[in-house]
Amino acid sequence: MHVPDGFLDAPTSIATGAVAVVAVGVALRGARRELDDKTAPLAGLVAAFVFATQMLNFPVGAGTSGHLMGGALAAVLVGPWTGVLCVSVVLIVQSLLFADGGITALGTNILLMAVTTVVVGWFVSRVLIKLLPKRVGLVAPAAAIGAFVSVPAAASVFTALYAIGGTADISLTTLATAMLGWHTLIGLGEGVITFLAVGAILSVRPDLVYAARGVIAERDLVIKAKEAVA
Amino acid sequence: MPAHLKVLALVGFMLVVVATPREWFAAYAFFLAALVTVGAVGRVRPGWVLKRMLVETPFVVFAVLMPFISHGPRVEVLGLSLSESGLLSAWGLLAKGTLGVIAGLLLAATTTPQELVHGLERLRLPQQLVQIMAFMVRYLEVVTDEMRRMAVARASRGFVARNPLHWPVLARSVGALFIRSFERGERVHLAMVSRGYTGRMPR
Repeated sequence: MHVPDGFLDAPTSIATGAVAVVAVGVALRGARRELDDKTAPLAGLVAAFVFATQMLNFPVGAGTSGHLMGGALAAVLVGPWTGVLCVSVVLIVQSLLFADGGITALGTNILLMAVTTVVVGWFVSRVLIKLLPKRVGLVAPAAAIGAFVSVPAAASVFTALYAIGGTADISLTTLATAMLGWHTLIGLGEGVITFLAVGAILSVRPDLVYAARGVIAERDLVIKAKEAVA
Repeated sequence: MPAHLKVLALVGFMLVVVATPREWFAAYAFFLAALVTVGAVGRVRPGWVLKRMLVETPFVVFAVLMPFISHGPRVEVLGLSLSESGLLSAWGLLAKGTLGVIAGLLLAATTTPQELVHGLERLRLPQQLVQIMAFMVRYLEVVTDEMRRMAVARASRGFVARNPLHWPVLARSVGALFIRSFERGERVHLAMVSRGYTGRMPR
């Protein structure tokens, strides 16, 4: 859910905007290493993919449904820097062309949904992939845990921002419990879907999953005897 | 009016709105009047704006809850005990959020995506970011169409997503969509390089 205009006061909005500008600037530098000269067309298509995935509804039951946020998924698939760029571009386009997320809250939204989810999702899954045995089958679970953690992490950053510059009069503890409780549930969904999607991609094109590169490089080529195949 | 000026006007206007104390009710009437004038001058159909204001729904639900969960002195409204400060907060959130959505939609209604991308370029957004956005906007329709085709293919095989047990099917579609988008990105890049693309769009 995008933060609209007026949820946080003007100074906080401007401050998060400044932080978002710096973060996107750093990501622009880092992305050159991940995608070299293919950056613009590929990142553009990945951004379009993230946008499209957010329109796909996953039924939860009782007539309600949710959709993927895709921050951690993007990080695992194309790397953290490109992930930050893609999700940021998605948020800018959503704000300017669809009025989804306020223009003054754009910095806040980028900070929460592009930077926090991508960085937390990437960091957690990266650490897990390093710690776990090097098996391709373990990349998807690691990505799932990364995605699961990334959503409540973004919710806590929001709560912190709200404590600094919130405009509505709710007690912080009420907000914190509601936000964290609710987003832990959303995070579960995000984790399951990320697990399934990354698993599907790994079984078809494992070379496209950025987070699995190290694991695949260490894999030995096995040539099976004909009888074994038949 | 050039797109970059419209974006600047939108940011300036919304900053003023956000900074206005929520007790100044007259100011909000003025803001709304200003937006209606802009919409009339730009010949935006009110129906178009109203339909797209639905993006605001989840947030309206939150604002409606405010008077119930806020603390402080309470007032009786229609037999319900509501928090006074909560009511004021809900009003502030709704007014500012709604003005933001209307203002954003007016920009979207009067600006094509291409104009917007050029406008952001004139605002000195980093070249790379502008290009990513240009590619995204250009291929958005293609990628969402691809997703729609997958949905048609699923539906024609009798698939209806009802509960989380159906998630694996949907997630595999997400995976396929990523692979198709990524490979399309590679093809587009190679096709552009073979036509002399050096990393900048020609004017």
